[in-house]
Amino acid sequence: MTDRFTMDEPQPRLLDETGQGVIGTPMDRPDGPQKVSGTAGYTADHPAPEGMAHGYLVRATIARGKVLKIDREGAMGLEGVLDVITDPRMTRNPAQGMAGEAPVQPADAVHYHGQPIALVVASTFEAARDAAQRLSVEYETEDAAVSPGNTRDTEVDDPETAGDFDAAWDSSEVTVDLNYTTPSHAAAAMEPHAAVAQWNGDAVELRGSLQMVRFNKKELADSLGIDASQVRILSPFVGGGFGSKLGIGPEAVAAAIASQKLGRPVRVVMTRQNVFDMILRRSETAQHVRLGATRDGRITAISHDDRVSNLDEEGFAEPVSQASQFLYGADGLSFTQTVARIAATPAGSVRAPGEAVGMVAFEAAIDELADKLGMDPLDLRLKNLPEKHPMDGRPYSARRLADCLTEGAELFGWDARWEAGSRREGDWLIGMGMSSAARSNVLVKSAARVRLTGDRAIVETDMTDIGTGSYAILNQIAAEMLGLSPDRVEVRLGDSDLPGASGSGGSFGASSAGSATFLAAKKIRAEIARKIGCSEEALTLQKGRARGDNREADLSGLVTEEIVAEAEIEGGKTAESHFSSGFGAHFAEVAVNEWTGEVRVRRMLGVMSMGRILNEKTARSQALGGMIWGIGTALTEDMQSDSRDGHVVTRDLANYHVPSHADVPGDMQVVFLEERDDWANPIQTKGIGELGISGAGAAVINAISHASGHRIYDIPALPDRVISSFGVK
Amino acid sequence: MRPFDYQRATSFDDVSAGQIIAGGTNLLDLMKIQVMTPDTLVDITRLEGLSEIQAEGEGLRIGALVTNSALANDARVRAGWPLLSRAILAGASAQIRNKATTGGNLLQRTRCPYFYDTSQACNKRTPGEGCAAQGGAGRMLALFGTSEHCLAAHPSDMAVALTALEAAVEIRSADGETRQVPMHEFYRGPGDRPDIENGLGKGDLITAVILPSPHAGARQTYRKVRDRASYAFALVSVAGSVAMEGDTITQVSLAYGSVAPHPWMDHDVVQLLQGETASNALFERAADALVPDSAPHPDTDYKRNLLRRTFIATMRQLTGPGDTAGTDIARTQG
Repeated sequence: MTDRFTMDEPQPRLLDETGQGVIGTPMDRPDGPQKVSGTAGYTADHPAPEGMAHGYLVRATIARGKVLKIDREGAMGLEGVLDVITDPRMTRNPAQGMAGEAPVQPADAVHYHGQPIALVVASTFEAARDAAQRLSVEYETEDAAVSPGNTRDTEVDDPETAGDFDAAWDSSEVTVDLNYTTPSHAAAAMEPHAAVAQWNGDAVELRGSLQMVRFNKKELADSLGIDASQVRILSPFVGGGFGSKLGIGPEAVAAAIASQKLGRPVRVVMTRQNVFDMILRRSETAQHVRLGATRDGRITAISHDDRVSNLDEEGFAEPVSQASQFLYGADGLSFTQTVARIAATPAGSVRAPGEAVGMVAFEAAIDELADKLGMDPLDLRLKNLPEKHPMDGRPYSARRLADCLTEGAELFGWDARWEAGSRREGDWLIGMGMSSAARSNVLVKSAARVRLTGDRAIVETDMTDIGTGSYAILNQIAAEMLGLSPDRVEVRLGDSDLPGASGSGGSFGASSAGSATFLAAKKIRAEIARKIGCSEEALTLQKGRARGDNREADLSGLVTEEIVAEAEIEGGKTAESHFSSGFGAHFAEVAVNEWTGEVRVRRMLGVMSMGRILNEKTARSQALGGMIWGIGTALTEDMQSDSRDGHVVTRDLANYHVPSHADVPGDMQVVFLEERDDWANPIQTKGIGELGISGAGAAVINAISHASGHRIYDIPALPDRVISSFGVK
Repeated sequence: MRPFDYQRATSFDDVSAGQIIAGGTNLLDLMKIQVMTPDTLVDITRLEGLSEIQAEGEGLRIGALVTNSALANDARVRAGWPLLSRAILAGASAQIRNKATTGGNLLQRTRCPYFYDTSQACNKRTPGEGCAAQGGAGRMLALFGTSEHCLAAHPSDMAVALTALEAAVEIRSADGETRQVPMHEFYRGPGDRPDIENGLGKGDLITAVILPSPHAGARQTYRKVRDRASYAFALVSVAGSVAMEGDTITQVSLAYGSVAPHPWMDHDVVQLLQGETASNALFERAADALVPDSAPHPDTDYKRNLLRRTFIATMRQLTGPGDTAGTDIARTQG
């Protein structure tokens, strides 16, 4: 029986009492050897099932209109081609995260250039791709706006406000009124999207590269018009997600349809170009930040308005001002979002939606306000940390932002900061910048099962590991709770037949699936206590031995019959009573070439408080990865599209620039401050993955301004933009 | 990818049987996306005599199959032609440089995204189809030497260095005759046939690059500016070799990359600099002469200022006391 637990009040810090000593340690990930030896079963690497055929998605090459005719007969004449499939169940794009239902199924309608419109199936991948390339398609075209600046179809949301912004703005003694732009981003996961589908009677098994199996199962079932009980999804290894694999993708739906039609397994693997064309991007943004303050540096007015874009019928809008709403206090705050509807590859969640780009603008504006006030930007931030959430008055659950800022400043040597534009080494201008970091934290419904026989435990949940370390931390939680060495614990993930977890997204996976694992293991502890005849409170489990109330026993002798415990957790009253977020501070030092505008990050430091750290090594990797994405946001990432038909121009990783090794300094430091968030969940953790990126780009952008003495408003800071900012020929 | 026949050339007579492949670092990508669909590949990597770097007088004869890695790391090249070494190491990745060859590098195709996307019109890919880059997104397009039919830039770093070093391409024709073509005459502009990129005829094979002796006492450098610190094509690059007597420039040789359909040279700029006293004012004047008044595509307008500044910075480096000393960022300059 599943125990259901609702997070209504703080829980005892049991993981601080247990004695095994593996929680928090920098344990190597158990799946590491498989990954580095090439034996981890990523979707397209998994041994092909008997009789498998290969599918290739055909893209639309118009921005909007209708498919009139596809020359199926011509393609069928090519060697190896088995079928050319169009089907009203095929989907135009991936589901948005946690949708739990089918994405738009456009039938013969074309809504953007790059949309999948057919699947060619052949006996080899090469033959399928060749036939797709040669396939003749007739369209009826319609006019469509493809860029947010050109469309008349816009939705302006009601402003979110607190206090009276207009009055506060009017009475502010010092103000900044600034506009920023950021481009579209690709998630750029290393593993392209892939799926292998196989039917058994009226049930389909789909092996896919997916982040949220519990939701993906429903999305696939709804797309196919079958019951979720007829769907099994397997996603044991995911080669990076970054949001792009939250929802079921067109490759998975098409593979299932083709497999059903042909009566054999079908694999669909996206090429890198397919991924850029068909997978949800991060929206480009136009941001307008207005900040007002008193002369002595008390912030009185905060407004952060933005315009993002998406395709029709997509509910997602990049939550640009998310962190701006709770970082600093003011007398009046106002946030208005506009969504422009365009015919282009749709937008969705990409690594820290909202903060990743919103904080770049907002924290750069805070920096500029500090300049105008003649204040150290660190001091301005410290002076304006609110007592409570400025929008709704909730107290913060655990917030060591001030400590992150001050400890970071000390570690980084912030007090040695010089006047902007005054330090050079040869042709290189040197500057330091900083930013606050914030990423709100949530708990998502999640279940897990733990089995114990003797001193061996198995953790089972449909949670995924997208490279983040789920296999490691769920092992550590179970090992810690049950007093086992980690090598006595096996973790089984990514199978929809297992208890449904939160999945990986929004940095909530470790807290949500981890709490479920914790609660299931806690039930086993109660059972062990009963077995040896002590109270649960008195029980100590360590090194495979149970002790309590002067009784003790080895688990191997005590648990001769398997104990199975399942638990489910969901958010409750604490989410209403308290506001939980990870916090931190980023610091960066850069060199800017005064001739060419090139920027090189010389060192970076992130100091973060994000609740209990479950694994110091995987947490550090997450934080570092986020900071590197921050460098990419600030300096290199720029997804471009054609202003006439909206097609993505930067369709491969040679043209879409994620940071290369040479863009990342050797001196990258991460420091975690000790913290427990009692209001977050029973294991006192918070999300980690996305906090690293949130604000990191702003620290780099602010460092550029400090180096050169000139501000950058169009992100990324490409060489020509940096030169333009100098205002000289 | 279309099915193709694969043949291994055992003699020079075999090379006209199909599309030549050596390292394949560009060709295989283009075949996968079906921008190039050869029926037959002729692998020349087992032909003898093309993989050596040999001294020839005061210069070098670099076999067409010498890999980019071998060439960049050759002790003679590093000592006498550091510009070439730096240019090669500024391109691609170590893995690609291990496969890519000298001859193949000269023949790599443009990275114009409209050339790569078969849903877009491209005269270079399909003559007469049109040029979708006109009016499209064009950050990587050329500044000089374009035509209404093609705006694409040549992406090579190595070819820019070889042009500045006044190298020549040795070509063996089908009848066994060998000729040498100077780098600055090897490529042809797009005109109305942007698919024809050089003067190679049917059966011609690049057998070597002839590198003349370096100018005694010259300083050389290759300055590449790009959108990230490595593994990106140049926005602009400047290859330069300058010899000085006191403050006077006695010899100067320059070529510019990623600004034209081929490595760009400007003799007027050289004339303006030759024999003059090095100064910022001189470099400003030379930059005025170098940089065009307008760009052929609005998205490359930035290249005018970027080329100007990169040119001046490079000339200051080649004639002055040096500029990047004392920073730990020199590693990203390579």
